[in-house]
Amino acid sequence: MDSETDMVRQIRALDSDMQTLVYENYNKFISATDTIRKMKNDFRKMEDEMDRLATNMAVITDFSARISATLQDRHERITKLAGVHALLRKLQFLFELPSRLTKCVELGAYGQAMRYQGRAQAVLQQYQHLPSFRAIQDDCQVITARLAQQLRQRFREGGSGAPEQAECVELLLALGEPAEELCEEFLAHARGRLEEELTSLEAELGPSPPAPDVLEFTDHGGSGFVGGLCQVAAAYQELFAAQGPAGAERLAAFARELGSRYFALVETATISYILTLTDEQFLVQDQFPVTPVSTLCAEARETARRLLTHYVKVQGLVISQMLRKSVETRDWLSTLEPRNVRAVMKRVVEDTTAIDVQVGLLYEEGVRKAQSSDSSKRTFSVYSSSRQQGRYAPSYTPSAPMDTNLLSNIQKLFSERIDVFSPVEFNKVSVLTGIIKISLKTLLECVRLRTFGRFGLQQVQVDCHFLQLYLWRFVADEELVHLLLDEVVASAALRCPDPVPMEPSVVEVICERG
Amino acid sequence: MEDDAPVIYGLEFQIHIIDFDDENNIINKNVLLHQAGEIWHISASPADRGVLATCYNRTSDSKVLTCAAVWRMPKELESGSHESPDDSSSTAQTLELLCHLDNTAHSNMACVVWEPMGDGKKIISLADNHILLWDLQESSSQAVLASSASLGGKGQLKFTSGRWSPHHNCTQVATANDTTLRGWDTRSMSQIYCIENAHGQLVRDLDFNPNKQYYLASCGDDCKVKFWDTRNVTEPVKTLEEHSHWVWNVRYNHSHDQLVLTGSSDSRVILSNMVSISSEPFGHLVDDDDISDQEDHRSEEKSKEPLQDNVIATYEEHEDSVYAVDWSSADPWLFASLSYDGRLVINRVPRALKYHILL
Repeated sequence: MDSETDMVRQIRALDSDMQTLVYENYNKFISATDTIRKMKNDFRKMEDEMDRLATNMAVITDFSARISATLQDRHERITKLAGVHALLRKLQFLFELPSRLTKCVELGAYGQAMRYQGRAQAVLQQYQHLPSFRAIQDDCQVITARLAQQLRQRFREGGSGAPEQAECVELLLALGEPAEELCEEFLAHARGRLEEELTSLEAELGPSPPAPDVLEFTDHGGSGFVGGLCQVAAAYQELFAAQGPAGAERLAAFARELGSRYFALVETATISYILTLTDEQFLVQDQFPVTPVSTLCAEARETARRLLTHYVKVQGLVISQMLRKSVETRDWLSTLEPRNVRAVMKRVVEDTTAIDVQVGLLYEEGVRKAQSSDSSKRTFSVYSSSRQQGRYAPSYTPSAPMDTNLLSNIQKLFSERIDVFSPVEFNKVSVLTGIIKISLKTLLECVRLRTFGRFGLQQVQVDCHFLQLYLWRFVADEELVHLLLDEVVASAALRCPDPVPMEPSVVEVICERG
Repeated sequence: MEDDAPVIYGLEFQIHIIDFDDENNIINKNVLLHQAGEIWHISASPADRGVLATCYNRTSDSKVLTCAAVWRMPKELESGSHESPDDSSSTAQTLELLCHLDNTAHSNMACVVWEPMGDGKKIISLADNHILLWDLQESSSQAVLASSASLGGKGQLKFTSGRWSPHHNCTQVATANDTTLRGWDTRSMSQIYCIENAHGQLVRDLDFNPNKQYYLASCGDDCKVKFWDTRNVTEPVKTLEEHSHWVWNVRYNHSHDQLVLTGSSDSRVILSNMVSISSEPFGHLVDDDDISDQEDHRSEEKSKEPLQDNVIATYEEHEDSVYAVDWSSADPWLFASLSYDGRLVINRVPRALKYHILL
């Protein structure tokens, strides 16, 4: 009985579920039927359209076949005619070429003339054997020669400004004139123009007071001379690019010569300005003997040199003190195995980079000796090959130091003696070289005064390798840095009772990590 | 000392005695072993030529200690024997230890100076910031500390070098610490004068003018050599800036104080003629009586202007830093210089100048 009631109940539940399903989804069922009906209609319509499309295509193919058939023979004739027309046009151009060229030459439209000439050249070359063409070509050549002559004359007069000159030169080059001569003439003309500017500037500075306002003078100089020089240089480079290094050298020499004269004038102007200023400020009487401007210029230069040398010394001193303290205060006998480069070395490199940037703002780069491509990798080749392994023999028999000393002495004979305070020139590389030389020499002397344990020596090795990796790019001659640092490590080795150098590969790893 | 001039210099744990025979330009070498440690300073007794004092490094359980001791050389090597070179390569001999300058109380001895005109009984050593005056008793076999003085002040003051003045009855000593020069009276061990900031950087060496009482010269890491009058220490009398790196040594010639020798780590030795501050600024004035009849009577008058100071010569024979220079005590025109690579160079004053000074 119970199971029966249960089943009845279940049946009733199922029924009611079914009904709810139907009620809920009633709408969906209806829309589904609608969609299906619409799809049926659409497909029927599409079928009709497709049939019509097929019939139309058939008709079109039919027509097209008929048209091509009718026009077939005409087609060939038309192409032939079109070709002949084009040819005739070209021939007309060629026949008209001499007269057109003449007109261009008269009008002075040389560029256009050259363009026409260029276009026709190839064809004329090819059909030289035909008399009519030959005649045309001869005519053209005559006219071109005349054109060239006119161009040359115009160029030689040089009265026109730089852009026209440049154009002349360009055309002349295209005409196949020898580039060398053109170079020379071009530079000569440019020089003439620029010298005029210079003389006018000089005249302004002349002995008659009042000296010109310095701002005006520089303005005049800047726009006139410097602008002209830049224009000339740009044009030259464009035109004579194909000349290669010889041409570039010539331009450089030219620019340098004129530039130095200009700068001398600027110097004199500045000094004169200062003089007039002092005169105004201090009410100087005319009776006192006045120092001529040239001696003041020389003095100013001398002072600049001394100032620069002093700067180098002071900066060198700053870095030297850092290095000295670092060597003097560390306990080198009981130091542990080196794991990384000492912080002071990184500081030294940072400071040197900062100085480099600072000086680079004021001075140009300067000349550096050409480096080999793997210069920074040339780490221990000098160190291990030039010093024999016998150097690290623990026994201090009287002969052993002699041998290694002899070797290092011979090496020193063949390398130039390093002059620590040699005169500094006005370029960045020279200044940096001076500073680095002072610092490394200090390091060397300080190292020679201490005694090192084995790990102390290795720490020095690591530090020197690190410095070598980073300092070589600041100096004029990277051999210098190698030499000094080699000497530092060698001196440390001599000061060590138990010298066991670190493996070069390990040193490199430590430095790279740092 | 006789004609040949033995020179002593310390090389690690050895002392080399070089005999220079200047008549024949021959050099002989004898080697003495100094096993106590690495020598950093050496000075010879002015009274007994076989006695010398050294400051040396002793390494003990990874600490380096600088001590000082007095030694005696073997008898045969004292007087510069003329052995042929073959004999000297035989067994090196050892020094006989006379006494230690005991420094348990103090740390590191920087240098030792003997009393110049004395009987070799008084010695001064500089240790860290102390000056110690020792009495050598019982033929130098015992050193007794007579008196001492210390430098007060902030920081770790350390003496770097010192010199005993030959004037004032040998009662004055000058020392250098960092950039300051100080003068001390050895009787009371008190400071007499003090020259602050004598050099921009560390002062390396100093020397007294043998003929002029109050004059001394100092040199330092600022590449300059400065001459001082100790009565007026505000400003140097003269400054020389001929070197391009640290100047390690400055030495007056023992008889002619216008000749000043300097050695520097730019590998150069420079001989300068400091006439204007020497004891004969107007040159050698000769009385007419002294001119012999054979010579021409020079009627030219020497001008009364002081002569000009100049650099006589620059010696560039060294390839590495020059750490010591000194004049010979036998021949006043001979001097020697020593560089890092172990090269000892003996030179003479140019003959023209020698005759100019003498005549």
